[in-house]
Amino acid sequence: MKSIRSLFGGDPRQFSMLGALVILIMLFQVLTGGKVLTPSNMMNLINGNSYVLILAIGMVMVIVVGHIDLSVGSVAAVTGIIVALALRDWGIPWWAGILLGLAVGAVIGMWQGYWVAYVGIPGFITTLAGMMIFRGLNQYIGDSNSIPVPEELQFLGGGYLWEWGPNTGFNNSTLLLGIIAGAFVVWREWRKRVRAARVGFEPDPLPIAAIRAGLLIALISYATYLFGTGREGTSFPVPGVVLVILVIIYHVITQRTKFGRHVYAVGGNRAAAALSGVSTKRTYFFVMANMSVLAAFAGMMFIGRARASGPFDGTLWELDAIAAVFIGGAAVTGGIGTVTGSIIGGLVMATLNNGLQLMGAGSDETQIIKGLVLLAAVAFDVYNKKQGRPSVIALLMRRRPTFRDDDAAAAATPDGGSSQAGPVGAQEELETATSSTPATETSHPTRNANNERQEP
Amino acid sequence: MGVSVSTSHVKLEMRNITKVFPGVKALDGVDLTVRAGEIHAICGENGAGKSTLVKVLSGVYPHGTYEGDIVLDGEVQTFKSLKASEHAGIVIIHQELALIPELSVTENIFLGNEIVSHGLIDWDEARGRTTELLARVGLEVDPRTQIKNLGVGQQQLVEIAKALSKNVKLLILDEPTSALNESDSENLLDLLRGLRERGLTSIIISHKLNEIEEIADAVTIIRDGLAIERLDVADAPLDEDRIIKGMVGRSLEARYPEHTPDIGEVFFEVRNWTVEDPTIPGRLMSKSSSFQVRRGEIVGFAGVMGAGRTELARSVFGRSFGIYRAGTITLDGEEITLPTVKSAIARGLAYVPEDRKTLGLNLLDSIRDTIVSADLSRITPGLLLDESLEYKAAEHYRKSLRIKTPDVNRGVSTLSGGNQQKVVLGKWMFTEPELLILDEPTRGIDVGAKYEIYTLINKLADAGRGVVLISSELPELLGMCDRIYTVCEGRITGEVARGEADQEQLMRLMTTTSSAA
Repeated sequence: MKSIRSLFGGDPRQFSMLGALVILIMLFQVLTGGKVLTPSNMMNLINGNSYVLILAIGMVMVIVVGHIDLSVGSVAAVTGIIVALALRDWGIPWWAGILLGLAVGAVIGMWQGYWVAYVGIPGFITTLAGMMIFRGLNQYIGDSNSIPVPEELQFLGGGYLWEWGPNTGFNNSTLLLGIIAGAFVVWREWRKRVRAARVGFEPDPLPIAAIRAGLLIALISYATYLFGTGREGTSFPVPGVVLVILVIIYHVITQRTKFGRHVYAVGGNRAAAALSGVSTKRTYFFVMANMSVLAAFAGMMFIGRARASGPFDGTLWELDAIAAVFIGGAAVTGGIGTVTGSIIGGLVMATLNNGLQLMGAGSDETQIIKGLVLLAAVAFDVYNKKQGRPSVIALLMRRRPTFRDDDAAAAATPDGGSSQAGPVGAQEELETATSSTPATETSHPTRNANNERQEP
Repeated sequence: MGVSVSTSHVKLEMRNITKVFPGVKALDGVDLTVRAGEIHAICGENGAGKSTLVKVLSGVYPHGTYEGDIVLDGEVQTFKSLKASEHAGIVIIHQELALIPELSVTENIFLGNEIVSHGLIDWDEARGRTTELLARVGLEVDPRTQIKNLGVGQQQLVEIAKALSKNVKLLILDEPTSALNESDSENLLDLLRGLRERGLTSIIISHKLNEIEEIADAVTIIRDGLAIERLDVADAPLDEDRIIKGMVGRSLEARYPEHTPDIGEVFFEVRNWTVEDPTIPGRLMSKSSSFQVRRGEIVGFAGVMGAGRTELARSVFGRSFGIYRAGTITLDGEEITLPTVKSAIARGLAYVPEDRKTLGLNLLDSIRDTIVSADLSRITPGLLLDESLEYKAAEHYRKSLRIKTPDVNRGVSTLSGGNQQKVVLGKWMFTEPELLILDEPTRGIDVGAKYEIYTLINKLADAGRGVVLISSELPELLGMCDRIYTVCEGRITGEVARGEADQEQLMRLMTTTSSAA
């Protein structure tokens, strides 16, 4: 048991959330008689969901900081129409079109960030207004017409990587990506050990690290095989590549930069953050602005995939993105949530969608099931918290990899489902780590200082 | 236990209460006997089991989840819920008051217990009864006043009025005076005495031993889930040192560590500091206050609650409170402005807020994240945070501050109050401040942890830092500080050097409204 713990202890949440996703995929694979894990289906799945996943990256930051953004679909749509028109009517090159789109996103983001951060209007209201304003602008600018987009954007939104080099039986670009990813896994394990040695704590035993790396590499290899051996001219899709790059960038931003820490600090306890020198206004501003930039980017990817920009692009995307973030373990009260968790949450939704479709379920049934899954995932979490048991999602989402092999590391359970086995220490920690409600602002901030801690 | 209890009628008896949580015995055969009409104090360090005992008594931990019997007025009780215990006349007032700020006094008192006639609430009747209840607790406010417009002391009285409205037979007060200033505390204790004369039995849980000494008829001391002893005024007058000895299992030689100050030059000076209240225009929270701090000096700020000590400190600390109106700050002979908290931290100021849960900590964070959170630049050599530097820093403070945790990756919310406070201190020591402002650093933490924090404060001063200590406990200020300023209504009303100060003198200066300085 202990060795399994340390196997997943290194970076528990990615591993175990990934585990849950893998189980779901395998379930559908069996139920559909093998229609899920085919190259073309997986490519579709990635192409058809990457824009929502990109929104989830920004949305998790918005939710962690304690707001919500309802305008992302409309922002994506208005950006799409502006870019499509500029490319068609002004004859600017495709890259200038993308820069223009990002600029549009930045301007919109600053607009929304201004109202949220400096005027103090809750994000919900600001972006509810934005949702109407930018939807209207999309239809006003585009006269409610569909505008086709050039090939370069189509490449961004649904293209495949190049074929080159010797005939390996694989798409060589995909093969190269797979090799890079594998090398990265090995490098990361190695770096972890070096760092452990430098700081002076015990690294995971070598076999454990090896098995962990091995499992990841097996997964990468399989993905490489799946995406590399599709129909001629196909590969790991371009939107997937973009998504992976963005996930890496934003993972690092949220976990390893001052700004990222500020986001969690403001979301966890705004007053304490302010007294620690964090500018809460600036944090709100940049988080909101960033969301709109990502929405603009997602909008451009979508018109590329759809090959045209239309008046109803991006409808209800905000809700998909929000659902992904909450399935991925974010807290409604802010302060908790991760980029990787949200991506996996989004993939769970995408897999459900895809698997149910392949099973022949209509959109009516699919929606019902997706709604129930969202409710169940969060309800399960809330229930666990109430029982004083560790919140499974929070357990998977613990922000910090643990460095020592002890109770805290045991917080991760391998399959993402069974949580009962955790020792008391871990339970206690998780209970308190997640159930503590952020302090409410009372008129007498001096009042509730000395809460005697219960010693269970 | 075999403790003899005098023969007068026994109100409550808890017999051999044992409560086990997975892996931990929180209560181990605790006996508690409370006679009718007495004020009974329960003392113990944080985590000793006081709250667990109260939760067992009040049905929060329902019958069946613990062993032992609860006997109220001679009948064995099996409370299934808080509601059931309330029905039997047991009412608890928690230190965090359960009043709704936006509702009126009347509405709060009858919340969940509304007076209904013909299916509608009879507000006239409710208001009449409220007036009566308020008279009983000696609170002269209009029953229609919103709670948010009352002071904490007055709110406490409303809570008691609410308890009285429920025909309380046994009133339990959990740290009732921890948020009150001296005069409000005194008021409350008087009220309790008055209620005792009218036959009310109460249990009081408090860290303030001087109050217990003053008011309690008997004390049960709990330590590590065991009822250590029962002291009865009838046998011998209560003695603070005696209680402490029972609580910690040893007698504390001195409550404050020996310290020989090594005081240097004045390095930090604030002159004519004037700050306006951010919500009430024209109201000054600090009126032309001036003070100075020398290197190696511990400077106290005494004042009743609301005197403006916290407001003064926070407005100096990067204008984190109020609207700056006038005044200068001089650091090492150079006049500086500190328009933001960030700039204040950069110039070597640190402020440990009075309320660690709402202002000092992000309870979702790990110890490790918290330690570095006030100065992330120190662990950011390039673009990215260096997690090994962070870990090293956290480990350093875990060891040097003796934070009781197996692992700095644990959440701060898993720590006891004293250890949380050490983490907050560590967070600010990590910024290597020149001037450390401590706002009520020992509130609500137990005796042992207090001593450790005092030792730390002395160490910081010995390292040549200046320390400002804001405290509502006069003995603490007298025991720790080299010099004490008194603050009243936003004005600095006096300055007393160590050795010259005594409690009466400070009290007098704290309550003078005219400036003496």
